[in-house]
Amino acid sequence: MVELVIYGIVLGSIISLGAIGLTLVYGIIRFANFAHGDFLSAGAYVALFMVTGLLAWIGIPDTTFGSLSFGWRMAIAFPVSMAVVAGVAILLDQILYRRLRAKGSGPVILAMSSLGAAFIIRMIILILWGADSLFYRPGLMRPAIELPLGAKIRPDQVLILFMVVVLVSSLHLFLKRTKMGKAMRATADNKELALVTGIDTERIIMWTWGIGGALAAAAGILYGIDVQLHPYMGWNFLIPLFAATILGTIGNMYGALIGGLTIGVAQQVSTAFLMPTYKLPVAFVIMILILLIRPEGIFGKE
Amino acid sequence: MEIGGIIAYLVSLAIMAGIYAVFCLGLNIQWGYTGLFNIGIAGFFCIGAYASAMITTPKPTGVYAHYVNQIFGLNLPFILGLLGAAVICGVIAFLIGIPTLKLKEDYLAIATLGIAETFRLIFNNEHWLANGPRGLMGLPQPFQGLVDPKNYNYIYLIIIVIIMVVVYLSIERAIRSPWGRVLRGIREDEISAAMSGKDIFHFKMQSLVFGAMVMGLGGALYAHYTKAISPDVFTPLYGTFIIWVMLMAGGSGNNKGAVLGAFVVWGIWIGTKFMTDLLPYTLKARAPYIRFLLIGILLEIILIYRPQGLLGEEKEVSKLIE
Repeated sequence: MVELVIYGIVLGSIISLGAIGLTLVYGIIRFANFAHGDFLSAGAYVALFMVTGLLAWIGIPDTTFGSLSFGWRMAIAFPVSMAVVAGVAILLDQILYRRLRAKGSGPVILAMSSLGAAFIIRMIILILWGADSLFYRPGLMRPAIELPLGAKIRPDQVLILFMVVVLVSSLHLFLKRTKMGKAMRATADNKELALVTGIDTERIIMWTWGIGGALAAAAGILYGIDVQLHPYMGWNFLIPLFAATILGTIGNMYGALIGGLTIGVAQQVSTAFLMPTYKLPVAFVIMILILLIRPEGIFGKE
Repeated sequence: MEIGGIIAYLVSLAIMAGIYAVFCLGLNIQWGYTGLFNIGIAGFFCIGAYASAMITTPKPTGVYAHYVNQIFGLNLPFILGLLGAAVICGVIAFLIGIPTLKLKEDYLAIATLGIAETFRLIFNNEHWLANGPRGLMGLPQPFQGLVDPKNYNYIYLIIIVIIMVVVYLSIERAIRSPWGRVLRGIREDEISAAMSGKDIFHFKMQSLVFGAMVMGLGGALYAHYTKAISPDVFTPLYGTFIIWVMLMAGGSGNNKGAVLGAFVVWGIWIGTKFMTDLLPYTLKARAPYIRFLLIGILLEIILIYRPQGLLGEEKEVSKLIE
């Protein structure tokens, strides 16, 4: 049980990274981005291309860091993939959503467009890599560290938690300290007021997509390191991401963090009673319960 | 291919397009006339198909019971299968509507998406319910034995067309009534509709349930056409996404557009199959993904350049004015 809670925190921290991006997009650009799950997949597969393709081809050695399952190749691929997916998110906004906004299309049309984008990303992954599960490093022994109470944790998982803490703290500092961060929070609070004070909303939107895409890519890679890569991995994250976002109140980054951890732990602990394939319905049921009891989320104002 | 073969092929295309047209009509009630964003059509597709299958087949006995698990089998006629599928889908839509219809439109989308994935997982994993991933086979077809089995598709096409016309006419009638005007009022401006004293929640609920019942019919029609169903059919791609593209292509808010969109997009979908058949052998396994990529791009083009679709919404004015 302790072990399940620990694995739940690992899964939850990955969900949190995705949910923070989703909640920022939802709060600032004001629409439900159904392509967010597939940003996770995109990040994971871009890193796969780097690790097994490009970086291997350049001749970066394939040695691993200590007892971790990856080395320099992943250390390079990780930030590059974040930048690539940030670019993809901004590009999608430029090609699709900006035009729809300019035409005055409602949030539902934007959401539908993002659903189309989600399918397009997934189909590109399926065309390039096929439908099978893949690993960054197949056939690897996965040593575990013994913890008290009989629980085990892998060095990879410790690093995943560390990476999430680093990314979330940097985002926290960015939103609190920088001018752009403050402008983003202002736009999330009240878009009209932000416009009146001379904040350039188009730039804010680009930054929001960039941050959302980069965090989603990080989440996808970390999940790929922890479990495996699959073209539907991101799509299966979509319901947990939305559950975490709604639980933590739409637009609230810290809410998404707590929501993600809650959903992750609940999903992982549920495997003690239910088949592991029912993780997704568990997140769904939690979401429905929130909608029934407190649809504005834990940090929402009535 | 000789001419008889071509006609038989066209009939099978028309049957599938007709089934999709029923789904488009159901979605048109929800999205086209009321603005409800249901992206879990696959869930109603799945429930409608399984409901009708279990209503019309007998519960396996003897040797078969070892191979086919099925929680119940009523062995009732086709028409009761259709009705049962519609009723069960209506009840499920009602249950989804309760927590979501009072909230912003995105919540309905997320909830319907969740319910579709959940049903697919349940049917896949619970072997006692409807035989798990292997699904159900040997579903009965109405009026079988009336003609040579190889010509049976003609009869099924007639059944599909009759049901499509009945659904079409009942939606047209409903939408031109005062009830339909309230739905469109809600779609255009929810607050004004509420201020005119309309109970938004109840009207939305009726629209959601009505649309879901039509989708249930579509699911049942599909099940008895293929005679075999398994959970892997009801994916977001075949069960939801393509139906959205059909309705948006034809013109949401227009029942003729919904039917036209189903036939046009199904035609494009089949047409791209002939295109990908020309691909080298090594790429063939991934051809369906290339085809869906094209369908996805088609949706984005429609949304940006022609959001009203091929036909657009008809102006609903009194005949006396013209």
